[in-house]
Amino acid sequence: MSNVHKDYQGAKLGMWLFLFTEVLLFGGMFVLYAVYLSRYPAEYHSAGKELNAFIGGLNTVVLLISSYFVALAISFLQRGEQKKAIRYTYLTLFMAVLFLVNKAFEWSAKFSHGIYPDSPHLRELPQGESVFYGLYFLMTGLHGLHVIIGGGVMAFVIYKMKKNEVNSTDFVMLENAGLYWHLVDLIWIFLFPLFYLVI
Amino acid sequence: MEHNKHHIMSVKTATLVLAMLLFLTFVTVAVSRIDLGYLNVIVALALATTKSLFVILFFMHLKYENKMLKLFVFICFLILAIFIGMTFFDVAYR
Amino acid sequence: MQNQTSSPIPSFFEDSGSDRKGILSWILSTDHKRIGLMYLYMVLGMFIIGVCLGLAIRLELFTPGKTIMEAQTYNAVFTLHGVIMIFIVVIPSIPAAFGNIILPIHLGAEDVAFPRLNLFSWWLYMIGTGLALLSLFTGNGPPDTGWTFYVPFSEFTTTNVNTAVFAVFILGFSSILTGLNFITTIHRLRAPGLKWKQLSLFSWSLYATAWIQVLATPILGITVLLILAERVLGVGLFDPNKGGDPILYQHLFWIYSHPAVYIMVLPAMGVVSEIIPVFARKPIFGYKAIAVSSIMIAFAGSLVWAHHMFTSGMSDTAVLIFSLLTFIVAIPSAIKVFNWIATLYKGSIFIEPPLLYALGFIFLFSIGGLTGLVLGSAGTDIHVHDTYFVVSHFHYVIFGGTGFGLFGAMHFWFPKIYGRMYNKNVATTAWAILMIGFNLLYFPLFIIGLQGMPRRYYDYLPEYTLGHQISTVGSWILAVGLIIMFVNLYNGMKSGKKVGRNPWGGATLEWYTPSPPPLLNFDKEPDTFKGPYSFKGVERDE
Repeated sequence: MSNVHKDYQGAKLGMWLFLFTEVLLFGGMFVLYAVYLSRYPAEYHSAGKELNAFIGGLNTVVLLISSYFVALAISFLQRGEQKKAIRYTYLTLFMAVLFLVNKAFEWSAKFSHGIYPDSPHLRELPQGESVFYGLYFLMTGLHGLHVIIGGGVMAFVIYKMKKNEVNSTDFVMLENAGLYWHLVDLIWIFLFPLFYLVI
Repeated sequence: MEHNKHHIMSVKTATLVLAMLLFLTFVTVAVSRIDLGYLNVIVALALATTKSLFVILFFMHLKYENKMLKLFVFICFLILAIFIGMTFFDVAYR
Repeated sequence: MQNQTSSPIPSFFEDSGSDRKGILSWILSTDHKRIGLMYLYMVLGMFIIGVCLGLAIRLELFTPGKTIMEAQTYNAVFTLHGVIMIFIVVIPSIPAAFGNIILPIHLGAEDVAFPRLNLFSWWLYMIGTGLALLSLFTGNGPPDTGWTFYVPFSEFTTTNVNTAVFAVFILGFSSILTGLNFITTIHRLRAPGLKWKQLSLFSWSLYATAWIQVLATPILGITVLLILAERVLGVGLFDPNKGGDPILYQHLFWIYSHPAVYIMVLPAMGVVSEIIPVFARKPIFGYKAIAVSSIMIAFAGSLVWAHHMFTSGMSDTAVLIFSLLTFIVAIPSAIKVFNWIATLYKGSIFIEPPLLYALGFIFLFSIGGLTGLVLGSAGTDIHVHDTYFVVSHFHYVIFGGTGFGLFGAMHFWFPKIYGRMYNKNVATTAWAILMIGFNLLYFPLFIIGLQGMPRRYYDYLPEYTLGHQISTVGSWILAVGLIIMFVNLYNGMKSGKKVGRNPWGGATLEWYTPSPPPLLNFDKEPDTFKGPYSFKGVERDE
């Protein structure tokens, strides 16, 4: 086809616009978080103490390091070090999996304590706590879904880099995957203190 | 703003940013152990905002992008702030 | 008459840009014109379904009590009328259909920035539409919540709300991707030398619309997902029994749905801004003011959502502030209307069907806009809230505004798309019948609304019978007008008189290319182009 063309700036602008939609998608839930925080500060406090701040902190570190890896992968790719770029993207993917494993442990612990949406245990707790846990599951769940999608994107870019379709002259796909991944990190930066450290 | 003029982040910069982010995470946890009352939320959010600025400016490369994109990012967060803030015209005065 | 048709380059109807034949060359095409046309046909098809549902509502309301259907059916019919008309017809109508067809040509580009993403949005739109229709026939009966899906009722009704809200999510996603595509296209694909100040006002309005699509639609996405979470997981964020707050649902819903009104009407304003100068043979008056007012509407429109909630039980402070802010939106809307009138003033006007539709837009939209101020001021709103006054206001703005804008766009760009002209006398007749039917249908609703007739009610007091009956008769006249209009356009498409490049004498870039345009839009440099509204040296080419 004659009208296929590569526009580096356009591709990046499009990705940023997509990230804006992600920010506002989560934004709707932050609206709810903020309102209920102002209504149920004490319940937020007591429910937040039940969350495992260690796993939350660990996952924060995991995501930060993964962001670092993908940033390095982009730098290496731009410098023409294809092999290193692939290796660092693999590391990013590995960190994504690590995050999900932690998350799975955390959630299953919660489930085994009878804490899941609409559970009989939650219905006995004060209403503010039930709301807090509802937000916790929905927001970290939606975030987890983004981690899964981001991992899939990383795997796809690795495949493209191995076929040398993404390389030092055409790297925008890895850059955009990186942008997406950083956004996933960014959202977690807010979720972590808001859920695991509420006082 | 074409390929050849593209800014490539050095390993050193990236590592420094990561160190900063990990340090701020540590501070976030440490501060949360002290009871500052209502201030805790504000401090936590201020720290998270600082961290996200590092991620956006360096990892996401916004520092090296053109003014227009910076403006767009600002508008996006401004709109979110408006949506959250103006909802409080209702819930804060009910 | 037969000039120009021997153009050496085949039109986009003949050249699909791939080896695919038949329907596959359409549903897998990345050509913005083909995608735009597919949107247009789907939108019009669903519009006809929506109209039939609307006619059924009017017929039911012909007499108090049961006329043709049961109350539960009635609830489902008005819900579907709303969901189909809003999410499937009006929101994609002008931007996705005519935006796709015209925007790249207005920019002097060969296609949109992301042609494959564009096709993907169309597919999402089709899937969303399919799911919305599926919700009719599956589960426990069609949704009966109204198009707003208000909680707590939408959490507990046993009808098939899940499928419907998921359809809305998918449709929203499609709308987001179209907006994203248009912003990138306008930034990156303007022809070399085409400055921002030379953009057509239609492009400006699409630009403002696209920003609302990108920044507000995700809120709708999360809101309908939250309804799903409420219904499937029982989370309870909006359920007062579990500590939730139903009014927050209304906030989230209107944070999107108020700006969505501007997604609907801004592109129609863009169409009017294109039509008026062409038929007044005058450069548009106040180009900058119209362009900037589009952006202002987009921004101010994001600050006023809670004016839909004055009687919901939210705080009086919020009522005061949102009521005040609402009046701000009137300013940029009025700027546009005044500039259109000023453009017409002392122009050498020639009355053609597109201009009639544009004038119809101005007339009907002004009524809709001014009655909006009655609703925007909290004191009067409390009296008319949730009455037929709102129904009428809304239809004046959206049907009288966006609908007539869409019809205007159809009559304006018809010769460009098909290379043929419809019968202008029949088109004018159809317009006149539509105007009569429209006002007869909706104006009495203002009156019975003021008298206190609540919206969405199945039954009513006998005092309201006359108003309802005039309205229902109006709906029949409107339907006749629509039939004449569609048949006329269909005949024109099949066997209308062939036209040249520029049948109206327009100055924007699409009139420099053959009708219909070739696959890559231009067969030669439009070197006499001086700006979208400078008519000097522009020749009509019928």
